[in-house]
Amino acid sequence: MDKWDKPLTKNIRSERAFATLTDYRKTGGYQGMRKAITELRPKEVQQWVKDAGLRGRGGAGFSTGLKWSLVPMGYNGATDAHQTRYLVANADEMEPGAFKDRLLLEQDPHQLLEGMIIAAYAIQANIAYIFMRGEYHLAAKRVENALQEARTEGYLGKHILQSDFNLEIYLHTSAGRYICGEETALINALEGKRANPRAKPPFTVVSGLWGKPTVVNNVETLCNVPHILQNGVEWYRGLGRGSDTGTKLFGASGRLKYPGLWELPMGTPIREIIEEHAGGMRDGYKLRGLLPGGASTGFLLPEHLDVLMDYDAVAKAGSRLGTGTMIILDDKTCPVRMLLNIEEFFAQESCGWCTPCRDGLPWTVTLLRDIIAGRGRIEDLDTLAGLTRMLGPGNTFCALAPGAMEPLQGALKFFREDFEQYIPGKLAAGGED
Amino acid sequence: MKNQTEKSSFEGLSPAEIQEINAEISEYEDKMAVSTEALKIIQKHRRWVSDECLVAVAELLELSPAHLEGVATFDNLIYRQPVGKTVIHYCNSVTCWMLGSDQVRERLCRHLDVELGEMSADGEYTILPIVCLGACDHAPVVMVGDELRLDITEDAVNEILGR
Amino acid sequence: MVTIEIDGVYYQVKTETSLLSACLALGLDLPYFCWHPALGSVGACRQCAVIQYHNAEDKQGRLVMACMTPVADGMRVSIDADQAKQFRAENIELLMINHPHDCPVCEEGGECHLQDMTVMTGHTVRRYRGRKRTHKNQYLGPFINHEMNRCIACYRCVRFYNDYAGGSDLQTLGINNNVYFGRFKDGALENEFSGNLVEVCPTGVFTDKTFSDHYARKWDLQTAPSVCVHCSLGCNIAPGERYSELRRVINRYNGEVNGYFLCDRGRFGYGFVNSPERILKPVIKGQTEITTEAADHHFRELLKSDRPVIGIGSPRASLEANFALRTLVGEENFFPGLDPTEHVLLEAINGILRSGGIHSPSLREVEQADAVLILGEDVTNSAPRLALSLRQAVRNAAFELAGTLHIPSWQDAAVRNLGKQLRSPLFIAGVCSTRLDDVAARSYWGSPDDIARLGFAIAYHLDNQAPEPGDLTDADHALAAMIADNLRSAKRPLVVSGTSCASLAVIQAAFNVAKALPSKDRQLTFTVPESNSMGLAIIGGRRLQQAFEWVHEGLSDTVVILENDLYRRAQEQEVDAFLQAAAHVLVIDCLDNKTTQQAELLLPAATFAESEGTLVSNEGRAQRYFPVYPPPENVRGSWQWLSAAAEGSKWRHCDALTSACAETFADLEAITRAAPDANFRINGMKIPRQPHRYSGRTAMLANINVSEPQQPLDPETPFAFSMEGATANVLSALEPVIWAPGWNSNQSINKFQDDIGGHLQGGDYGVRLFEAAGSGDWFNNIPQAFKPDQGIWHLVLLQHIFGSEELSLRSPPLAERALAPCAMLNPEDAGTLAVISGDLVEIKSLNGKTMVSLPVRIEPSLPAGLLGITAGLPETLQVNKLDRVTLKKTGHTTGEQS
Ligand SMILES: Cc1cc2nc3c(=O)[nH]c(=O)nc-3n(C[C@H](O)[C@H](O)[C@H](O)COP(=O)(O)O)c2cc1C
Ligand code: SF4
Ligand code: FES
Repeated sequence: MDKWDKPLTKNIRSERAFATLTDYRKTGGYQGMRKAITELRPKEVQQWVKDAGLRGRGGAGFSTGLKWSLVPMGYNGATDAHQTRYLVANADEMEPGAFKDRLLLEQDPHQLLEGMIIAAYAIQANIAYIFMRGEYHLAAKRVENALQEARTEGYLGKHILQSDFNLEIYLHTSAGRYICGEETALINALEGKRANPRAKPPFTVVSGLWGKPTVVNNVETLCNVPHILQNGVEWYRGLGRGSDTGTKLFGASGRLKYPGLWELPMGTPIREIIEEHAGGMRDGYKLRGLLPGGASTGFLLPEHLDVLMDYDAVAKAGSRLGTGTMIILDDKTCPVRMLLNIEEFFAQESCGWCTPCRDGLPWTVTLLRDIIAGRGRIEDLDTLAGLTRMLGPGNTFCALAPGAMEPLQGALKFFREDFEQYIPGKLAAGGED
Repeated sequence: MKNQTEKSSFEGLSPAEIQEINAEISEYEDKMAVSTEALKIIQKHRRWVSDECLVAVAELLELSPAHLEGVATFDNLIYRQPVGKTVIHYCNSVTCWMLGSDQVRERLCRHLDVELGEMSADGEYTILPIVCLGACDHAPVVMVGDELRLDITEDAVNEILGR
Repeated sequence: MVTIEIDGVYYQVKTETSLLSACLALGLDLPYFCWHPALGSVGACRQCAVIQYHNAEDKQGRLVMACMTPVADGMRVSIDADQAKQFRAENIELLMINHPHDCPVCEEGGECHLQDMTVMTGHTVRRYRGRKRTHKNQYLGPFINHEMNRCIACYRCVRFYNDYAGGSDLQTLGINNNVYFGRFKDGALENEFSGNLVEVCPTGVFTDKTFSDHYARKWDLQTAPSVCVHCSLGCNIAPGERYSELRRVINRYNGEVNGYFLCDRGRFGYGFVNSPERILKPVIKGQTEITTEAADHHFRELLKSDRPVIGIGSPRASLEANFALRTLVGEENFFPGLDPTEHVLLEAINGILRSGGIHSPSLREVEQADAVLILGEDVTNSAPRLALSLRQAVRNAAFELAGTLHIPSWQDAAVRNLGKQLRSPLFIAGVCSTRLDDVAARSYWGSPDDIARLGFAIAYHLDNQAPEPGDLTDADHALAAMIADNLRSAKRPLVVSGTSCASLAVIQAAFNVAKALPSKDRQLTFTVPESNSMGLAIIGGRRLQQAFEWVHEGLSDTVVILENDLYRRAQEQEVDAFLQAAAHVLVIDCLDNKTTQQAELLLPAATFAESEGTLVSNEGRAQRYFPVYPPPENVRGSWQWLSAAAEGSKWRHCDALTSACAETFADLEAITRAAPDANFRINGMKIPRQPHRYSGRTAMLANINVSEPQQPLDPETPFAFSMEGATANVLSALEPVIWAPGWNSNQSINKFQDDIGGHLQGGDYGVRLFEAAGSGDWFNNIPQAFKPDQGIWHLVLLQHIFGSEELSLRSPPLAERALAPCAMLNPEDAGTLAVISGDLVEIKSLNGKTMVSLPVRIEPSLPAGLLGITAGLPETLQVNKLDRVTLKKTGHTTGEQS
């Protein structure tokens, strides 16, 4: 493949190195920004991104251009003060199994900044924040450094490229939690409040940070933007292999020969990622199942290996593309114990706002612990199944709990015998305890 | 006259801390936004946030101590108890767990003869769990202070602890 | 109105409402926790789930939270669908995982919203086998208990406390299943409305500590409609009694007045009723206790004086008692018994309200104001519940913006997230900082004269027909102009003032501002000192000083004092001289005080809890309080002592007095309609004060006598001291206990309102006496700017919610929260005197008499030249009547005080 097919990672040469401003500019960096600001009107930039088919890489896959176009741009009948708009880059990456944004932040920070400048221009935001999880120290250092450089170069500040457009970007490092990545919780966290999510509607594009119209985009989403502007909509659309456009950072972790992260066309088949890029399973291990897009996505089985990694295909197979970083379950790992680990994570990270999540996840954990400890009863499996419905989409306040239930739901279906084997008397006597 | 009215407990903070916190404020519409950042600044200087410091920061930001405590106890990386000079966070999320994070934890704790969250006798280390550090392709991973350490083996644990 | 279909039935519902609110207004049972009618929706608890169908074909539907769903025309929903019912039952199951199973020992039991909702959803069997999460509790002060294990994390407490009431020391701490609602450290809750947590919390986490000390179940309490006597607002209360002891006070909903909430003075100030300092027997000085007959006789004898008998009434006594006294001694000889300044101020306020042409708003109307000017009042301390309403009024700007963004006003978090800077303007001109400053657009601190001048200047800027104060500084001009601009553009501007500054000029300035406002919906409200100050102002009468003169001049030698400690009204030596000079002093009161101690004949008066009467609130609303239980033997309502004293009395019953009073005063004509009279019956029956589950009646007094005594009769009111009587068709406003089948908690109030959060079915309690007529002339008497005199301090009395009011201060838990007496000084003045906080200063009158020594407290916002003293504290009463004083440092003592 030639380097243009990997727009996001083309500057990333090795795991340890990172692209300096010079490196970044050498491959066309900041040309997309120049094009947007000097040649296009904000609405046109929105349209380009919409036409390119870019979908949010934060997990939900919402059309990025469409999201931007929902920001009220003119005087919206509100007060003048309400004309402020904000852009936020979501760099909170904390979902187990997700490890893609860190690479972009650490190794090519200018790419994010350029994407943010274009996005901010498209929605006419004059202040933008990068909300970064507190553990990403190296990323924070490199982004802060890149911000300095961008300010010096006049890419940030007043009258960017002699235009009327002003923008300041601030790095906000969190000390928080997984839930801070949920965009409305992120906004509360940014305001210095407890990071409980907010109800939608109103959507953040209408009332977000301090009540002002706010766009929250994932780091990877924003990193795609410069390339769309620089190389055009058609080029971008041509990058995908399935129904979705562009490239995507795909990752795989677990007992693989070469776990890793690769930029590949949207719609690359799962098999190709696991077998070609990750080199297949480690010797002595067999593939039992996988969570295609992180810990909050449902199980796929070996029979799904030919599913294409794009939003629609994975959904059709019964799971979600999520972050596109898959977790591999091998045949020597107990799926029940794996689930316990995952649910412990979600129970711990529940913000405590809504009942089903706050109280349902700890119960899930208790049940799984009981089962593993040999104290389970066969009806506990029904209780667990009931919880997956109870904590399902629409029932809880935000998507954390439904995400937590996705792997459990599949596991109860696909790996039922693994659960049952723990239940005293179940396999031997058939259900007496 | 000024002195008498403005005398307040955030005198307990160092000038450097106050200055760093105040510098953050300009980036936001509202002071409250630096709640977390301010606590992190305290930690940078003192490793952990004592009750006195929390009250002082609250006063500086014109927030109630209870509000700030609400944020601090929601957050994960704010330490409201003393921690060692270096905090070692070991990732206990799913991929690291599959690839041996329990052993990593055991080794770390055994070597230092501490429980999770406890400070080692020499005040050097505290071991804490952390959620996925975004390096699952190099599981198991730990974060030693600010530094991410990948593919942790038994030797790596020894090396980290300098033994 | 829109039409919606719920479980196949079509209903017309109000447009601007959530589905939950609509269902409850229709009388349908739908459980909820995080929602509260006054707090709006946040969608946290997930209890109010229903199924919403997309269209007529949709059989599946989807689960939605009713509280977060706006009603829409043609909407189809189901409360009864299995899927919804199951979800709600399972949600309760989840809430119960960590909830203690000890309803029998929980104080909330029997009036617990969680209990009601659990029964309503049908969750009965526990599947969870694990351990329950437990918490430690905190000490939250003398008012509130904390039992965190009972918490279901509905977030109502913090939403009420912080968002609604402006508190900050109670917050959500922790995360996930370990969220905790408490303070940073143990300590008394600071907010003045903390007591509402008791009612806002749907379980037993926050309960009334004063009630715990003599606890009884809700169903074992005897209750009657009543009115708070601890300030002039007339909040409606439901006091509860058992074993002839007042056990607690809770809110009684009034859609025009207090709505769902009371202040802590009103809720926890009741202890004086049970005080060991109550006067329980008639006493003749020097002799022992006497019988009531002997007392009546003695009273009649005293009245036979050949000289006029002076009758001194009271702003804390009912209209009926004051009127009875006035009639007894003759109109010419009646004195309202007010401090001279207060007397002038009340007359002025009465005149303005009556004929100033400006509407005096109810608290509900206050909440609608879109710009507010407070002139000279610290309402949180002088009329606390009003402060809570003003705190809601500043939200109108946010509601307006929300409207333009199509965010419904009941979407509580969404509206609050629009930005905390977004507030309807509130301007406060006061003596020093107040608890509303945090939501004020601007606070100004000055002497009363300067406050008045600012008011006059604002009026002038609004309308240059109004007189203009001379020599205003540029800054004052600019400030006045800015405030005037804001008030001018408001649709419903409100001016708040009152008597706290003891300044006629402040009251007149407030009127000028209101008169100058262009809006036809302008409003003007005055807070006055006591529960019946307004009523007394309407009755009127002579200056107290004149009574003193009459006695000294020998024009009169007999004085009847009704519920009035004169030492709170005049200088100590004046009162001493008066009471000594009078040959016969007769006092009727409920609590021992310096005046009662000097009575020749002392008659024990029933408190509000044991008698009936009418009070007129600052708004001009007449409301009746009814006895919750009969007074102790030998104790009578003041009106009864007075009517017994009247030879051949026309007023055998209180109703007769009420009617006579209404006939005598045109402005009081409506008081007979404030509540039904004693003849009122429903299907021939009285309204029972005891709920039908009232237990132990046959056994309560078995230790004294095994045969059950007859229940006391109540010839004075439509209520019976009994469980028997009419339970159906009782007017909502007269319900002693709010309860409905399936709804044992206070949330049952939903069943008694015409609309959720609206008026009570059949109308709210009380009656407005008059609407302002006329237009009133400008007041021209503008004071000079205040200039501190060298070495002399102007004394200003500062109201305090805990301590300034006479009766509530005699309630021990409330007294515990009172400010210790102190001398508040500006830092500059403290510098001049070389004192720091805690040093003692001696306060002297200008003629050199040392009055008292007090520890200094530095109050940075207090202007130089003023000395602030907390109003009403017994320890400092002797300086309260002074205008100007000198100060001298007398020593270091207590050290740093806070
Ligand atoms: C519990 C939870 C955690 C999330 N964490 C992240 C995250 O760490 N990073 C992220 O970009 N999006 C995260 N999201 C998704 C965001 O809410 C939001 O959809 C995303 O930032 C939008 O960006 P995009 O449109 O560019 O994808 C999370 C969502 C949920 C429900
Ligand atoms: S599902 Fe509910 S409790 Fe869980 S994180 Fe979202 S809002 Fe918080
Ligand atoms: S009442 Fe609707 S979610 Fe709580």
